[in-house]
Amino acid sequence: MKLLADYMWVVLFMGLGMLFVFGGYITSWLIRPSKPSSKKLFTYECGEVPVGSSWVQFNIRYYLFALIFVIFDVEVAFLFPWAVVFKELGLVAFVEMMIFMAILLVGLLYAWRKGILKWM
Amino acid sequence: MQLLFDTQQLVNNIQHWLAGTCELYHLPPCLVVTCIAIAVALALIGGFISVNAMMVVLAERKIAGYMQDRLGPMRVGPYGILQTAADAVKLLLKENIVPKIADKWVFFLAPVVVMSPAVMAYVVLPWSPGLIVCDLNLGVVYLMAVGSIGVIGIIMAGWSSGNKYSLLGGIRSSAQIVSYELAMSLAVIGVLMLAGSLKMSDIIGAQQDCWYIIKQPLAFILFIIAATAECNRAPFDLPEAESELIAGFHTEYGGIKFAMFFLAEYANMFVASAVCATLFLGGWNGIPGLPMILPPIVWFLLKTYLIVFLFIWFRWTYPRIRVDQLMGFGWKVLLPLAFLNIGLTGLVMVLI
Amino acid sequence: MNIDAICSLVLSNMAFFVLAAIGIVCGVLVVTVRNLVHAVLFLAVFLLSVAGLFITLEAEFLAIIQVFIFVGAIVVLFMFLIMLTYKVSDMAVPQGNRLKGAAIVVAGVLFCLIFYIMKAMKWNEAAPVVTITDDVARIGRLLLGQYVLPFELVSFVLLAALIGAIVIARKGE
Repeated sequence: MKLLADYMWVVLFMGLGMLFVFGGYITSWLIRPSKPSSKKLFTYECGEVPVGSSWVQFNIRYYLFALIFVIFDVEVAFLFPWAVVFKELGLVAFVEMMIFMAILLVGLLYAWRKGILKWM
Repeated sequence: MQLLFDTQQLVNNIQHWLAGTCELYHLPPCLVVTCIAIAVALALIGGFISVNAMMVVLAERKIAGYMQDRLGPMRVGPYGILQTAADAVKLLLKENIVPKIADKWVFFLAPVVVMSPAVMAYVVLPWSPGLIVCDLNLGVVYLMAVGSIGVIGIIMAGWSSGNKYSLLGGIRSSAQIVSYELAMSLAVIGVLMLAGSLKMSDIIGAQQDCWYIIKQPLAFILFIIAATAECNRAPFDLPEAESELIAGFHTEYGGIKFAMFFLAEYANMFVASAVCATLFLGGWNGIPGLPMILPPIVWFLLKTYLIVFLFIWFRWTYPRIRVDQLMGFGWKVLLPLAFLNIGLTGLVMVLI
Repeated sequence: MNIDAICSLVLSNMAFFVLAAIGIVCGVLVVTVRNLVHAVLFLAVFLLSVAGLFITLEAEFLAIIQVFIFVGAIVVLFMFLIMLTYKVSDMAVPQGNRLKGAAIVVAGVLFCLIFYIMKAMKWNEAAPVVTITDDVARIGRLLLGQYVLPFELVSFVLLAALIGAIVIARKGE
């Protein structure tokens, strides 16, 4: 129950963030002028009429970076509990985590060697 | 003086006063007291976020001015101190323009997704002993988790604008943030290993004799660099590189919607500085070995604003780096160094 | 039962129902909206509501890791994936595809399984109340002690995923 009460604060602060934004929107809505014209509704492209579709296709590299990120993020998730108990478990925990990290570092090295980490 | 910084007494005083008021009006005390106390806490933090953003923006412009041998804003108010307030009013008065081809709802909600996590991080900021909104058991992991939500807002803003530059800026920005977030989490692991806890107050308590910046200098440097990149600040402000991408993911945002991104950026910068001060500079502790001359909250704010100053200093000193350098640096330098730091810390701790 | 206990019971029940409602609504929206980006955004809200449900079950670490990995990383990955997909400009996806039959079979089997588990569950027995204060440390001890082999195997799974993705992506270039 203590936990739920604690996290009520998190929800409240999420609400506070929303209050900031929507409060700002409403205040602005009340006092700002409104003179719409069709020209204003164009997207900005250095003063020119926009060319082509705006939703361009992306390089696959972005996806690979995101994927490597996910994998290392999972590793970090394992590192948190490890770091907490590291002091009491000592050498055993150290060796176990080094093996874990070494295996993943092989993956990083592989990506590096294959030129995935190079931005194009 | 002590009364002001001792939250327990403060809350007790408020509650006594409120209980008296409740009796006067025959209200059930418990619920009302709780609600009002919560409202006061929210109002305090909300007020702090706004005032802090205004002050830091002004400080940034003033410091930039002095670093470039000019005066910075001088016109509005004495020495220009009302400049940001005037800017805020100006932004409120701007017309609302949503591009015709924008995805309206996503466009409208993106500032919320950026702003809310920034505010949520304030839940675990330790201001002074006992003065912390909620000292979660998993404070540090919570901060990392909340910090990773904002990226979605940036992608939302970039995608929904219907502008090539916005989309490119949004994707670039998110790729950068996730890359450096990794280095940041890994740098923090070193501190957690030493402290053996994820609770903010425990980590500060463990630093009473020796700040972790002494034991973890590499982690500190990695953290500061990664935090600069996380906040999208120069020299890592490529997503907003004016010369290539106009204004990055918020190109199409104007008026109050833009102000929200701006506010979130400064709220995030304060969080990053405060976390850095807490994890590496001993938080509310004074300098070890010396008598504590100042109240804890002053120490905390002093250290935090020192880091904020450092961020501002970086911005006006270093030129912007190229995008390939940015990703290469994050993945090929920071990440291996962060792993090295964990390994070294573990080795030293096992040997000693 | 004193007033505090009743209050807390009401609070936790309310939290559960609100979160469950959000989860169900968003879950349905994920598979029904036509715009892929909207679907991913609803997925993010759905994952957040699941994190909230973990909190009501007192699984703090799981909840936060849920946000850290699923919302902070997987959703971003999905976003990037959508930006990469072909014909991203009109964004509407055709509903229905040639794997419909297989999907229905799998969903049916899964539903039966869940239904069976729900039937086998003894709902009327109150679970023993355990207050766990150091769940992270416990998870750490278990991971490095009793479950060390699965833990090390996880790194191999992750490595395989990493190398597999790189190989597939390079083939496409």
